[in-house]
Amino acid sequence: MTSIQSKPTPAVADPMVREFERRAGQTPTTEPSWVLPLRRAGFNRFSETGYPTIRDEDWRFTNIAPVAKLPFQTASLPGAESVTAEQIDTATFGTLPGPRLVFVNGYFSAALSRPSDPTAKSTIGNLAAHLEGNASVIQPLLTPSQHILDDPFACLNTAFFQDGAFIHVPAGAELKDPIHLVFIATNEAKGASIHTRNLIIAEAGSRFTVIESCISFGAQAYVANSCSNFVVREGASLEHVKFQDESPDAFHLANLHSDLGAASQYTSHSFALGGLISRNTIRSKLNGPGLECIFNGLYVTRRNQVADHHMVINHNEPNCASHEYFNGILDDESKGVFHGRILVQPEAQKTDAKQTNKNILLSNSATVDSKPQLEIYADDVKCTHGATVGQLNEESIFYLRSRGIGKETARRMLIHSFAGEITERVQCTPVREEIDRIVWNRLEESPSLSEKLATASNGTPTPEA
Amino acid sequence: MKQPILEITNLRAGVEGKEILKGLNLRISEGEVHAVMGPNGSGKSTLASILAGRDGYTITDGQIVYGGVDLVEMSPEVRAREGVFLAFQYPVEIPGVNTTYFLKAALNEVRKHNGLSELDAMEFLTLVKEKMKILHLPEDFLKRPVNAGFSGGEKKRNEIFQMAVLDPKLAILDETDSGLDIDALKVVSAGVNKLKRADNAQLVITHYQRLLDYIVPDFVHVLSNGRIVRSGGKELALELEERGYDWIVKEDLQTA
Repeated sequence: MTSIQSKPTPAVADPMVREFERRAGQTPTTEPSWVLPLRRAGFNRFSETGYPTIRDEDWRFTNIAPVAKLPFQTASLPGAESVTAEQIDTATFGTLPGPRLVFVNGYFSAALSRPSDPTAKSTIGNLAAHLEGNASVIQPLLTPSQHILDDPFACLNTAFFQDGAFIHVPAGAELKDPIHLVFIATNEAKGASIHTRNLIIAEAGSRFTVIESCISFGAQAYVANSCSNFVVREGASLEHVKFQDESPDAFHLANLHSDLGAASQYTSHSFALGGLISRNTIRSKLNGPGLECIFNGLYVTRRNQVADHHMVINHNEPNCASHEYFNGILDDESKGVFHGRILVQPEAQKTDAKQTNKNILLSNSATVDSKPQLEIYADDVKCTHGATVGQLNEESIFYLRSRGIGKETARRMLIHSFAGEITERVQCTPVREEIDRIVWNRLEESPSLSEKLATASNGTPTPEA
Repeated sequence: MKQPILEITNLRAGVEGKEILKGLNLRISEGEVHAVMGPNGSGKSTLASILAGRDGYTITDGQIVYGGVDLVEMSPEVRAREGVFLAFQYPVEIPGVNTTYFLKAALNEVRKHNGLSELDAMEFLTLVKEKMKILHLPEDFLKRPVNAGFSGGEKKRNEIFQMAVLDPKLAILDETDSGLDIDALKVVSAGVNKLKRADNAQLVITHYQRLLDYIVPDFVHVLSNGRIVRSGGKELALELEERGYDWIVKEDLQTA
């Protein structure tokens, strides 16, 4: 743990230090007194490390120098009229029933949000409003864990978080409607960074779905740096769908940390469509026996986008299953990065772990760095992993053509099929249907879907692992 | 006089410079069921692949005339729309595309090509449900992704089901019996037999006589070293079952 007195190194630019100290010195403070030391611990840690570079093993394939070069500036409170309720209603998942929390440039908007049923026992609200009343639940979760300390952006988030969702569903509760979290960046966020912190706690035997959409109104560069903690207690079942379709100039950095209890079920989906650089740092601790988790992801990129998923799954207990399925469809000069490490501890006998990463390149200039890893210290386990990068399977194309389906239609069908492998795992039906539609349309927008593929000669996927 | 459907004359073809078919002749007319048998490596699957238009084969001599026109000039999809159907030895899995979507797209391409109107969802469903009964397929079959996670037997049944829906003029069954237990073989064969008509034809490619107990051919041809070395009636298949392929291969070498 870092000492509070440690001096910031030159790795941290002065404006950031000034901003942190300005906030720290603000009186009267709007936060309970226990929050500042936690923020300072995160800030000090970041001061030691600075932004990661491609020399850091965890950031080898994603160069975030453009983020480090931006003058540090936190997003300011947006004008009341910058986003209208109608815009939210017509945006992605706008028609979903159920509670909705809306954050504009990282600030909670009560006016745009829709409260949950007041008779329900669940707490669904913004974190800032609950720091005081729910300190006993929140404080341990905000105290920087090793996973937080290991990630510079998570440290930065701890230092500067503005607000975020606080969801606490009591034991045995089953929520019918999904909870929708909407994170919007507006033009006012240009050049600034937005720090959101989400805490989602599923008590024993509870069951619910959280949909997170990260979108922007207006195209401009900003840094969205979010950090989410999921605590899924014994026998609880939680599905989390993260849909990221931010401005093509935005930087999206997210930490998704989960702590899973015995016999729980956790399903996490990441759809990465937007942003110039997007990075999801996924860390999961399987801390009870007999649980099942699925990490499912689809990245669809074009132009010079980079989509990075960096995942470490810790099997700490026996009889757990973790399955990871990540597919990428990459066009133009874009790049996909997948790092998946499954760590099976000696106690974790009878682990069933499976990990696949498959990529289709729609252009000769698109690239993928894929690195699936298994690290196994138990002797009675079933673990598999694999990665492929390539064009479409020629035999599949021939099969469809031999049934009368034209070459173009066959290729298109197989690309949609490749995306469908991932979208079909979303259990929440209205969400799955909407994602299906968005992904289908996004793919159809690509001129490469037919033209470039038609001239692609290399038809065999290359096994990499 | 029965109209010829397929006429292969002196076909020489191979892959990557290696000649596999070395002057093959075959004539199939309406209403006929032909079996091509032969040892491994004789060129059976090459013949099936070339007829369906798979990439990677070079035809160096001879011709393939289908319905009076040159088949070689047609793309695989045009062949299919013109009524050529290949039941794959190894059907391909296509996760994410459900069977209904796939088969409706295929059928409507075939219909469009033949100047027929496209079927709407209801008409299509009525048609496929009727065809599903022939192959004893479960109700949920249409919702499942094409061949994904299917057993060997289910995949082969799916091939014949697709054949039933697309109603080809010339069906080529490439080792359809491989990997089938006896019950599945009976279902698949019964399906194929029901699809036989006076105006279509079937070319059954197999290594073993077993399949021909259920799909009874009018003609049996023995393929060896890239050529048809003997043709006869269904009794030839029984003779092969009893004596193996060696004697024919030897006689062929002596006369060659």
